[in-house]
Amino acid sequence: MMLNLLQAINQALAQEMARDERVILLGEDVGIDGGVFRATDGLIDKFGPNRVIDTPLAESGIIGAAIGMAAFGLRPVAEIQFMGFIYTAFNQIICHAARLRNRTRGRYTVPLVIRTPYGAGVKALEHHSESTEALFCQIPGLTVVSPSTPYDAKGLLIASMRYEDPVIFLEPTKLYRSEKQEVPDDPYEVPIGLAKIVKEGKDLSLIAWGAMMSVVRKASEAAEKEGISAELVDLRTLSPLDEETLLQSVKKTGRALVVHEAPRTCGLGAEISALITERVMLNLEAPVTRITGQDITVPLPKSEDYYYPSPELVLRGIKKMMEW
Amino acid sequence: MLERYDPLKGEMFQILDEKARLKSELDPKLAEADLKKIYSLMVTTRTADTKAMKLQRQGRMGTYAPSRGQEACQVGAAYAFNKTDWLFPYFRDLGMYIVLGYPLKDYYLYWMGNEAGMRCPDGLNIFPLAIPVGSQLPQSVGAAMAANFRQAGIAVVCTFSDGATSEGDFHEAMNFAGVFRTPNVFLCYDNQYAISYPRKRQTASFTLAQKAAAYGFQGVFVDGNDILAMYVAAKEALEKARAGKGPTMIEAFTYRLADHTTSDDAAKYRNSDEVKEWEKKDPLERFRVYLKNKGIWDEAFEKTVQEQAAEMVERAVEEAESVPPPALEDLFRFTYKQMPKKLSLQLEELQAFLKEKGR
Repeated sequence: MMLNLLQAINQALAQEMARDERVILLGEDVGIDGGVFRATDGLIDKFGPNRVIDTPLAESGIIGAAIGMAAFGLRPVAEIQFMGFIYTAFNQIICHAARLRNRTRGRYTVPLVIRTPYGAGVKALEHHSESTEALFCQIPGLTVVSPSTPYDAKGLLIASMRYEDPVIFLEPTKLYRSEKQEVPDDPYEVPIGLAKIVKEGKDLSLIAWGAMMSVVRKASEAAEKEGISAELVDLRTLSPLDEETLLQSVKKTGRALVVHEAPRTCGLGAEISALITERVMLNLEAPVTRITGQDITVPLPKSEDYYYPSPELVLRGIKKMMEW
Repeated sequence: MLERYDPLKGEMFQILDEKARLKSELDPKLAEADLKKIYSLMVTTRTADTKAMKLQRQGRMGTYAPSRGQEACQVGAAYAFNKTDWLFPYFRDLGMYIVLGYPLKDYYLYWMGNEAGMRCPDGLNIFPLAIPVGSQLPQSVGAAMAANFRQAGIAVVCTFSDGATSEGDFHEAMNFAGVFRTPNVFLCYDNQYAISYPRKRQTASFTLAQKAAAYGFQGVFVDGNDILAMYVAAKEALEKARAGKGPTMIEAFTYRLADHTTSDDAAKYRNSDEVKEWEKKDPLERFRVYLKNKGIWDEAFEKTVQEQAAEMVERAVEEAESVPPPALEDLFRFTYKQMPKKLSLQLEELQAFLKEKGR
């Protein structure tokens, strides 16, 4: 069936809930309202209010409660309405969800999925455009996932719900409804921890994830017209990184351009750049390059375009690397 | 019975007063064997706690948070547990652990700096103690929501201290508990200090228990140095939770006789007169006097109890000290169910380095 990313998420939730009665949803407005983006639309009618739980406004309470539920044997999927509101739950995520397996030597674990929309580009309010995935990628015990297509969204979300450790599932807001794709009706998993070569190329590796995938795709199409063959790497899992796929690609092309919308400093691009330099430096034809959001607060909608890497900016970066 | 005591008016639930006189109409009429058992558990807690302090001073244990003074609230409440109830404890809860049957060896092991000590044995449901203050509260509510979902018919107890009531997680958890009518018992050890910060400055509320009213459930202000009151209050709250009648908050009015931890000197922020006043209310003494007056306690019994406690403690120390440090792999392998490649590479690097150094 042709589905957009949001519908793919809804379908993944519905199918996994039907398969496994331990899966329960909780969050603000996820029940009767079906979520502010409608990701959980209709699920309360199918599964009832004991499995689709509208909670009071309390992010730390939601994640803390989800940890307790997970330890008790359920498989909660918690929604944080926007990534910009997740910070009050940091203590629960970092000090507890990520550590419980280790703290108890495996006696208690946290099979928990935290879904949250992230990223700019939809002209939203303040605090609704954050892209702070790197904050989570540094935390041992967390797994960070971000799909860029409806197909991957469904498969990765199902895999996340069957995963035995906490997963931060980042949904690119900009891609929620932007395109449709043929998505298999049956449940399936896209394995966590595997990047995907979206398009093969030989001159340079464009490495991105989430909403930036559509930007690098456009840039690569423009580059193609100028005779530059770019390989597109969609990381899909941001932590732990699929180092093998990433490094293989860079070894082949000899150039790596990382594109992310998060601020540059200590962004995931820095980690990727270090990794490439440490492991395949002698294969490089040009320095690893980053095109990213600025190290500034995400601007309000009128200025949003200055912040966000555009296909033109990426194309310019590609050309510079080829000329280096 | 607890609803007869209005925390807004500061009405305190007490069975044994400070002079160990029994309010006979409230007597839970425990069997002599139970009374003796409870006393010996209090003595064991005190002995094990004192030993931990000594071990720390001798460099055989890391920083430790002593329980001295809180034996009645810990032991009394724990004695009302069922085997299937869950506990979300905080970091000063030795009596709970001892009563519920957590191996003392493991409790020591954790404070000696070995993670293996926090692995709760199968068959017991004790969450690892929370260090970030108050963070265990929402988790206990989640477990209780899951218990409701599963119709498990159990209670989930969460312990914390007066300081935790100022944390946002306290509010979020209490609010969830009221809204979802969870089988929680929130046991607040009102021990008068959060490190140096006095209870009076923690909140302008008259009692802490009264806060429960704002969340739509019962709070009760209990004499936390009266073990009978603690037992009866906990028992009633636990039974209510198991029966699906919702949460309760118990404020155990007590005093942290010891320093906050072994790294602290409480003399800096509280005067010795105050401590002396509270020492007169020592929960262990009060219960001993009660048992003596009742004709249950004598010197011979005391000697037996002390010897048994000392023996158990010594054995636990010996066992804990004979546990080898964690294997290097163990530091890595519990981060995820399946070790990611980057972690196995880091482990290999570290192993290679140690091998080079001949270790």
